[in-house]
Amino acid sequence: MIKEKPLTNNIRPGKPPLNVREYEMAGGYQGLRKAISSYEPEEITDLVVRSNLLGRGGGGFSAGRKWSLIPMGEKAPRTKYVIANTDEMEPGSFKDRYLIEGDPHQLVEGMIISGYAIQAEIGYIFLRKDYGRVAEKLQVAITEAYENHYLGRNIMGSGFNFKLSIHISAGRYICGEDTALLDALEGGRGIPRAKPPHTTTVGLWGKPTVVNNAETVCNIPHIVDKGVEWYRSLSHTDEGGTKIYGISGKVNRPGAWELPMGTTMREILEEHAGGMKQGFRFRGALPGGASSHFVTEEHLDTRMDFASMEKAGSRLGTGTIVLLDDSKCPVGMVLNLQQFFCRESCGWCTPCREGLPWIVRTLEAVEQGRGTREDIAMLQSHTSLLGTGNTFCALAPGAMFSLQSALSLFREDFEQHVDLERCPWKT
Amino acid sequence: MWTWNAARGKHDKDKMVTIFIENTPYNTREGKNLLHACLDLGFDIPYFCWHPALGSVGACRQCAVKQFRDDKDTKGKIIMSCMTPVKNGLRISIDDAEVSRFRASVIEWLMLNHPHDCPVCDEAGECHLQDMTVMTGHVYRKTLFSKRTYRNQYLGPFVNHEMNRCIQCYRCVRYYRDTAGGRDLNVFSAHDRVYFGRYKDGVLESEFSGNLVEICPTGVFTDATCKKYYTRPWDLQTAPSVCIHCSIGCNTLPGQRYGLLRRVRNRFNGEVNGYFLCDRGRYGYEFVNSPDRIRMPVLRRTGGNGSISTLASSEEVNAYFKDLFHFGTRAIGVGSPRASLESNFALRTLVGLESFYSGMSAADSRLISLITTILKNGPAPSPSLLDIAQADAVLVLGEDISNTGPRAALAVRQAVRQDAMKISDALDIPRWNDCAVKYAVRDAKSPLFIATPASTRLDDIALGTYRATPADIARFGFSIAHALHAKAPQAKGLSHDTHSLVNEIAKMLKEAEKPVILSGTGCRSEAVVQAAANIAWALNELGRHAGLCYVVPECNSLGLGLMGGGSIEEAFSEINSSDADTLIILERDLYGLYDKTTVDAFLKRIKHIIVLDCLPTETSSQAHLLLPAATFAEADGTFVNNEGRAQRFYKICAQSGEVRESWRWIIEMLRAAGNSDAFAMDSIDAINKKMAGDIPAFRTVADAAPAASFRINGMKIPRQPHRYSGRTSMHAHISVHEPKTIDDTGSPLAFSMEGYDGMPPPSLITRYWTPGWNSVQALDKYQSEVGGPLRGGNPGIRLFRSPEKGTSQYFRQVPEPAEGKPGEWLVIPLYHIFGSEQWSMISPSIAELAAKPYVALTGADMMRLNVADNDIVTVVCGGSSMNLPVHQIESLPQGVAGLPFGLPGMKWFDFLSWCRIVSPVKKEKRAGGHKKQ
Repeated sequence: MIKEKPLTNNIRPGKPPLNVREYEMAGGYQGLRKAISSYEPEEITDLVVRSNLLGRGGGGFSAGRKWSLIPMGEKAPRTKYVIANTDEMEPGSFKDRYLIEGDPHQLVEGMIISGYAIQAEIGYIFLRKDYGRVAEKLQVAITEAYENHYLGRNIMGSGFNFKLSIHISAGRYICGEDTALLDALEGGRGIPRAKPPHTTTVGLWGKPTVVNNAETVCNIPHIVDKGVEWYRSLSHTDEGGTKIYGISGKVNRPGAWELPMGTTMREILEEHAGGMKQGFRFRGALPGGASSHFVTEEHLDTRMDFASMEKAGSRLGTGTIVLLDDSKCPVGMVLNLQQFFCRESCGWCTPCREGLPWIVRTLEAVEQGRGTREDIAMLQSHTSLLGTGNTFCALAPGAMFSLQSALSLFREDFEQHVDLERCPWKT
Repeated sequence: MWTWNAARGKHDKDKMVTIFIENTPYNTREGKNLLHACLDLGFDIPYFCWHPALGSVGACRQCAVKQFRDDKDTKGKIIMSCMTPVKNGLRISIDDAEVSRFRASVIEWLMLNHPHDCPVCDEAGECHLQDMTVMTGHVYRKTLFSKRTYRNQYLGPFVNHEMNRCIQCYRCVRYYRDTAGGRDLNVFSAHDRVYFGRYKDGVLESEFSGNLVEICPTGVFTDATCKKYYTRPWDLQTAPSVCIHCSIGCNTLPGQRYGLLRRVRNRFNGEVNGYFLCDRGRYGYEFVNSPDRIRMPVLRRTGGNGSISTLASSEEVNAYFKDLFHFGTRAIGVGSPRASLESNFALRTLVGLESFYSGMSAADSRLISLITTILKNGPAPSPSLLDIAQADAVLVLGEDISNTGPRAALAVRQAVRQDAMKISDALDIPRWNDCAVKYAVRDAKSPLFIATPASTRLDDIALGTYRATPADIARFGFSIAHALHAKAPQAKGLSHDTHSLVNEIAKMLKEAEKPVILSGTGCRSEAVVQAAANIAWALNELGRHAGLCYVVPECNSLGLGLMGGGSIEEAFSEINSSDADTLIILERDLYGLYDKTTVDAFLKRIKHIIVLDCLPTETSSQAHLLLPAATFAEADGTFVNNEGRAQRFYKICAQSGEVRESWRWIIEMLRAAGNSDAFAMDSIDAINKKMAGDIPAFRTVADAAPAASFRINGMKIPRQPHRYSGRTSMHAHISVHEPKTIDDTGSPLAFSMEGYDGMPPPSLITRYWTPGWNSVQALDKYQSEVGGPLRGGNPGIRLFRSPEKGTSQYFRQVPEPAEGKPGEWLVIPLYHIFGSEQWSMISPSIAELAAKPYVALTGADMMRLNVADNDIVTVVCGGSSMNLPVHQIESLPQGVAGLPFGLPGMKWFDFLSWCRIVSPVKKEKRAGGHKKQ
């Protein structure tokens, strides 16, 4: 069965992305044209709701429902904002970079349609600090879009005005959290905000704001252009569309692929990534980047969509799989992950700010053979102490997913470190 | 009911709901946050980042409780009580095992890096972190890792910095930046290296920096002046007091040990200072400990070889009194707006009303009596600071309140947030949700307009400013009143720009529900005072509840205004026309009020000069008998603040040596004179009783505090906490016998650890303490609602209330526009929070930050004079002339010379008169000299 790949259709690895003419020839800006000529803003939101496009940043919240929370009409507060979150700093994730570097106009078009749907005046693309090449290409696309009146005043004669610009992050993982992102965008410290109120009512500069993941936004032109039925038919499951899945680790062909939503991990691993490299055995995987639970072989046939992965005790997250093979120490891997989260904690709430460093130092001790059984118990207790609701935002709970699952799936590895007083992988 | 806390919003309009705590129903108000509700109900939930005056941000996670869906839900989920609005039927557990463990874990995390240096920490014993640690039950350390350390900063003479103790509750930056409007303290870095400090070492810029000491839940920010002499907080003897360093009358809790005053803390008064003091009020106290204090009577006899001063025994003083008063003497008395009502009234009784002078200059005297009349009779009430903080529009007319009544400036900073509260209400964000409110409202500010001669430290939050001479400010004010109500007189000839500004302000005031007009005596201009009254009255005519607040010069100026008595000039003229041969000067330096020649001439005419004061002044050096007067710290008495609130203060320290309250000395004089009143006035209560009878304005003055006979269960209120240590040993180097407890017959307080240990009436609170709460947060338990008024009401009594409906007889004398005089400059006073007040300048920490004498001119005027910044010029005004460096202050009107008010080293100048400025002849620049290219 040949499946369509709307998101990556225009991507030509190794070659520069399509310019505005080439993009138009390939059917680009048709979605925008249609949106503006045939739909009222609310109708577009309705299309997106019905398409069941779920947030690709890992939250899995319906993009359309998020939009429908934006106050509309004459009395709605002004200015409204739409923001593409491309602060892709989740370890193991590179899908947004792949999409935007390969086809920047797709994101630009998606942003304009999103802006039109919520009647926003201004859009920002919040870009990870290290994505210099992405920024260059995106800037070219934005300039072209302005030159061709897809951006600016009275877009395509519709009376709709929309400005779009890039903001390059100062480089902290927490700025990918949608409210901390707003702080960073405003020039402040990236610290998550209390919810409620949600960004849709009190967002950037206190005004209604939609923050969507870049991949989510890239889906929008296609939904408008080709319709809900078509879009939902792309998926294996109830959750609409295709998904960019990726794998990093000891496989034959690490990379990213656009596949129907709900493709199994086994298919991704064996068909697309070419299976494990000679001499390496699959031990487990983080299916959705660093803030997801380890899954093992028994879950390889689970469909990788939000609902199924949650049922399997993990998260789809960003859909970019990080593999653990038998040549690597799981304690070392978890330590590496915790070091990342510990460093990226914003320092606002106590459990995250103080708990993560304690976990890191304890894991270091275990990894270096200085650990005790009590240390393992301490780590175990922290997985619930730093759970959802106990902390201000999702950073620390996300960090606990890998630790908690590693403690239950690779318990003997932890205990071996304690008993042998060294890392068994190190001679 | 108004409260200081941010907790009140449209949600809690008194709708009572039922919540279940451990399955027991409790009634509370809807919409307030759950932590607040639980504390109100008397439950102990530990917290750090929440503060009644700062609201909730959910950072520390200490106040976690368990919420249950319904009575069948046994699992529940952990929520942060500070971030949860109370709803009907809310079901929670505080004692649930899981959430108790979580709360203990929060302490455990904080303790990973807290240095446990309690034995050497100034905060220990009144440390909120200690209390919360005990409350959660966390005891043993499980971790052996090393602790993080930081570099501490020098933050100036007021606040000590010890970052290692920090638990990152973010209260300091939220208070300093959001509440006090400071900019130079911030949080830096991230994750477990966050750092609270300045971008580099240096004196904290905010004049409210001292509140960090009380806002910080542990020992990061501590009182640097207290640190100079090691003491434990529980070893301090404390009593309720009232700040003497301006007219606002903030309530304070000073503490003493070993006869030294060690520090001043905030004493909560829901209607006055709330939770915060200014730095002058907090750190001005050190003059009490000055080695120059007058501690013994001094007799000065003039003989052939000049004058000889000798210390006098009490017998000698009594003999002097007897000689003088027994056979009748014609005495005149100069009272003081810095001295208590009681001392002034005793003097008034001694000399009689016709010979009693209030110790104010003629100008001050006129201003104060004008203000007293306006406040008593006009229809606009004088607002409390709480009222000001709740105002939705503020106009400042002529007063640099940041320097003359600093705490009021902080209230104005709260007032401009009223608009934010309206926006939050519209968005359905509870007012206590500080985080959300901040993001929702951004820079939204209620209107504040400032018309002053020079820039002020409130300009950053003002919608607009107007800079002019006092006369023009008055004209500006008259015009606003006219724009509001046509019957109010108009100032003619305003420029087009000024006129549109006037209309804009009138519109802003008209649109407000509770506008406040803030003015005062700072401009030394009656016209400004009158203009402010006209505006408030015009608003009143329009049905607005406008408040009219005047900042006055001293802590008891209004009290003296109510007491009556002529000005000092009248005393000068009486001495010329009468046979008075004795002058009694009460706690007043006449040389600060008038030029030296006149005062010298005045004093020369008098045979017997008796001066009562606590520290030497130029006046006291002229005394024939100098009597050691008690400072506020060794005295009981009553002050009337600028809103007309009589407030009682009590001795912190027992009197030592011959130091005693001025009124006690004067009673001795009365005795010597054989005046029968002497026996009817032998205590504060007796004086108050007589005062209430003699002067109608003081009819209720005794209600300011309970009488000396007040007891609870037969017991007095102890000044020493029950944890007071060293009682038997602190004097052991002198005598091993424990000294007898000093009897305090004059008040319901005792110089003892023994007495009633429960909650005293609000005006007798000597400390905040309840079991488990040793820090200042114990205050929660003293309030009828956390953040609200004290149980039993806020201390003090309003001596007058303006009639609800009065007919506004507008002031009709609009001054003429200010016209410059060629070659002369109008002298106006410029005020300094650190410098313009006499006694606080004796405190080393305040003196360190004080300005030095200068004359301020605009750049254009400096060009006219051909002088540069810091060039020395001679200012000649009337009989005074002085060499001063020039400071350029661009905000001043042209043709005006600003002189710092009250700075030590400044000569007396007659403000609002004209001066000449003589610039030195500049040397010709050498040709081809150091010319800059």
